[in-house]
Amino acid sequence: MSCFLCNSSLGKKVVMSLSGMALVLFLLFHMSMNLVALISADAYNMICAFLGANWYAVVATVGLAALVVIHFVYALILTINNYRARGKQRYAVTVNEPGVEWASKNMLLLGVIVVLGLGLHLVHFWSKMMLVELMGEHGVEIGGVFYAATDGAALIAYTFSQWYNVVLYIVWLAALGLHLNHGVWSMFQSMGWANDTWYPRLKCLAKLVSALVVLGFMAVVVVFYIQSL
Amino acid sequence: MNFTLKIWRQKDAKSQGAFETYKVENISADTSFLEMLDILNNDLVHAGKEPVAFDHDCREGICGMCSLHINGHAHGPSQAVTTCQMYMRKFKDGSTITIEPWRSAAFPVIKDLVVNRGAYDEILQAGGFVSVRTNSVPDGNAIPIPKADADESMDAAACVGCGACAATCKNGSAMLFVAARVSSLAKLPQGRVEGARRAKAMVAKMDELGFGNCTNTGACQAECPKQISIAHIARLNREFLAAKLKD
Repeated sequence: MSCFLCNSSLGKKVVMSLSGMALVLFLLFHMSMNLVALISADAYNMICAFLGANWYAVVATVGLAALVVIHFVYALILTINNYRARGKQRYAVTVNEPGVEWASKNMLLLGVIVVLGLGLHLVHFWSKMMLVELMGEHGVEIGGVFYAATDGAALIAYTFSQWYNVVLYIVWLAALGLHLNHGVWSMFQSMGWANDTWYPRLKCLAKLVSALVVLGFMAVVVVFYIQSL
Repeated sequence: MNFTLKIWRQKDAKSQGAFETYKVENISADTSFLEMLDILNNDLVHAGKEPVAFDHDCREGICGMCSLHINGHAHGPSQAVTTCQMYMRKFKDGSTITIEPWRSAAFPVIKDLVVNRGAYDEILQAGGFVSVRTNSVPDGNAIPIPKADADESMDAAACVGCGACAATCKNGSAMLFVAARVSSLAKLPQGRVEGARRAKAMVAKMDELGFGNCTNTGACQAECPKQISIAHIARLNREFLAAKLKD
């Protein structure tokens, strides 16, 4: 049984579903956490201090990184398999089948955008916060201003005062939203927890979750940009 | 009606194929798509040319033998019908119609528009059956079956195994076909007994034959001539996972 998760098509989809599900739960947590920054910079920095270079936060970060790697590597393996299964000769004429979402056919593309955005995000925040603390430092200096590793609120204000970061984050979040809009209900389908009665409910849940995640994150980006003007 | 046909011609499995253009004229609107191809072939034969090879059998929409990818749709632009049940009135007079064979690594082209769909038979042989003793016919009402279950089983059993699902799927996945077979038997007490073995064996065979992985696009159910729902795929996932967790 240990190997069906690696060698069977359905097993691989189970891995995609479970890793995706865990990442969605993390996103919901991260989004809720960010909303605190809109209410109080001090409260937000308390969370930042709590999630700094403490052993549990580092373990959780390593766990999250592993989930992202598993989800992405499996996606690559599945997509390569699928490309081969389609055959060398492609159709000359293709159409959009009715009821088929664009996102469902472009999950890898959206996933790549999400990973690129994640890289940028880690450079913007993680490398200036947890990484700095792990290196034994207390903060970084950007443009002559010192940012303490636990002063997340100041880093947010600095990052989103630059318009190009706002644009990049909005593109990133839009791709994430489309990815989740298909991924969330698809996860239930791959686990077998779906039927004709539940499809409308699951697709509604997917829309709600993706809207909540995207709008929650975007609110912070936009509000801090407006405040910087 | 008059049409320009762009048809995939390929001498045999090993040859390189290409599109060729033909004209058909004075076609009645009530001609079926396959009859229109018959008329074309009749003209080709009279002109001393090789007729276009295509699969067909019952021409009643029940055998699943006809295929054809027409203007980007498996079984053409009509909903819920096989190619043989589609009529030329569906197309605009004077239009160009592109006809391609099923494209999937597991369905190699044999000649022109004919592909080898033997892979589906192999999947069926791996587990798409019930083991019963051959004996006198049992009483039809001996095992009570809820009407809803029987209906769902019949909906899945409507699959004619034409291959449109794998041909349509961007991943060349046979999941809708396998799911329909697994589901139709799993919903009945007679088939339930071998449920776990069936799901595992059919999925293993499907993977071995080089079909792709399902990514839940739903393109298969949109193009399925029997409108089989992807809810059956969810049941297959359930059956397979439950079976594997018991191993």
